[in-house]
Amino acid sequence: MKHFALIVRTLFAWGITLLIVFPLIWLVLTSFKTEQQAISVPPQLFFTPTLESFREVNLRSDYLLHAKNSVVTSFVSTLLGLAIAAPAAYSMAFFRTRRTRDILMWMLSTKMMPAVGALVPVYVLAQTSGLLDSLTALIIVFTLSNLPIMVWMLYSGFKDIPPDILEAARMDGAGVWGEFVHVIRPLAMGTLASTGLLCLVLSWNEAFWSLNLSSAKAGTLAALIASYSSPEGLFWAKLSAASLMAIAPIVVVGWFSQKQLVQGLTFGAVK
Amino acid sequence: MNLNRFLPRALMVPAVVTLFLWMIVPLLMTLYFSVVRYNLMQPGEKEFIGLANFTYFVTDPDFGPSVLNTLLLLGSVIAITVVFGVGLALLVNEPFPGRGIVRVLLISPFFVMPTANALLWKHMMMNPVYGVLAQVAMFFGATPVDWLTDHPLFSVILMVAWQWLPFACLIFITSLQSLDRDQMEAAGMDGANALQKFWFLTLPHLGRPIAVVVMIELIFLLSVFAEIFTTTGGGPGNESTNLAFLIFKQALMNFDVGVASAGALFAVVLANIAAVFLIRMIGKNLD
Repeated sequence: MKHFALIVRTLFAWGITLLIVFPLIWLVLTSFKTEQQAISVPPQLFFTPTLESFREVNLRSDYLLHAKNSVVTSFVSTLLGLAIAAPAAYSMAFFRTRRTRDILMWMLSTKMMPAVGALVPVYVLAQTSGLLDSLTALIIVFTLSNLPIMVWMLYSGFKDIPPDILEAARMDGAGVWGEFVHVIRPLAMGTLASTGLLCLVLSWNEAFWSLNLSSAKAGTLAALIASYSSPEGLFWAKLSAASLMAIAPIVVVGWFSQKQLVQGLTFGAVK
Repeated sequence: MNLNRFLPRALMVPAVVTLFLWMIVPLLMTLYFSVVRYNLMQPGEKEFIGLANFTYFVTDPDFGPSVLNTLLLLGSVIAITVVFGVGLALLVNEPFPGRGIVRVLLISPFFVMPTANALLWKHMMMNPVYGVLAQVAMFFGATPVDWLTDHPLFSVILMVAWQWLPFACLIFITSLQSLDRDQMEAAGMDGANALQKFWFLTLPHLGRPIAVVVMIELIFLLSVFAEIFTTTGGGPGNESTNLAFLIFKQALMNFDVGVASAGALFAVVLANIAAVFLIRMIGKNLD
């Protein structure tokens, strides 16, 4: 009986999982097909794979430009965010005052503003300052919208560092700076890395702001993929190849940052 | 001045100042724009017109349907992700061969960027001739459905739910790991069946994560945009236009900043209702 239950569970779990990820499997298969094979009726499951679509997508100069834009915006906004968030989180974790809790809650509340609520003013600001369709505008917006999550994740990470270690350092006469460099920094590298990783994923996939604030010059991969909507969407193999190259790295990064994702997106409300 | 007292406060300044500006500047601008006549195509004085923008936005024939679509989208996606998320999490919570791989595969759709997700569904899945769904329908002798034309809102719901189901599932899996195993075993010894154990032990334990998932999805899904922008364009007609898309249309297609701002305030109020509860819940957990 127990054996039977296990078999049923295994079949169910695998069956449903394959059903859910089927669109992704199909995307991967299609990207290795020719355009004729991609729209053949009935669909082909077995075929000779070709790298033709990847080659063609890469030959398009705008693909490389958009890929570069994605890399620049996500990495710069992540680093900038860490540079602003880490000192604040550090200060709140190790020098608690009566107001620390209020400040943390207030920072969270800024994340509760729906993006569409800020669309009009941000668009007008970008337009009047000449930053429309510029990497700078995207970097600023990505950094700001991720900042509350970053402060929060870093704060919970820093708080897990045992205060005894700090006490000991203070006894030995280390100042704020010495404490940071010699005690906190080595212990906090893990937290910094996982926070950075999560923000990288969020910025890379960001579509609301990149679609509204950028076009030909500063468009990210998310915006480029949107341009396949039509009429180029008819070229399914190329669409698949372009999509696969855009999502594969981030899906892999995502697999490794699952735990941080739960913690970061729920602000520690689920343990 | 004592450096060790001053420095910690100085460290907070950049984050506090930037976030404060990020919050207050758009809000004040939106409030201001919402009471003036302001069209990007008609430069000139921004004349005060009271609540005319609000009246215009609310009496727009697209307003009612877009609010309804927004609520339908929110409600359906939340219902689907919570119900199936709990089911899936329970399914993969017990050990079976390949559980690790299944969990990794399950979470994948959440990391697919929304535009790629939308086009993958629009073309390869939902195309009425060559799409996989049409092929499956024909295999069983049924007539293929033109999903995006005949059921535009449902199609968008499907895409968004596909993206957020893994998120809900992941949170429930995380939460199930802290479920008290001894208590479960004790209940089993006392003769509780699987359903009773689920109803009296598992479900109460999941109450909090469910509430968190509902509120987070509420805030994020209020701004669903890319999926609509890349597939239906809000149509046919206004059948798949939500509040976010309507505001986008007013601001960046009609260039009417005033009316769009009035609409944006609606979205903010809607989100804040959810945010108040969420923040209170997180706050309790903080100390």
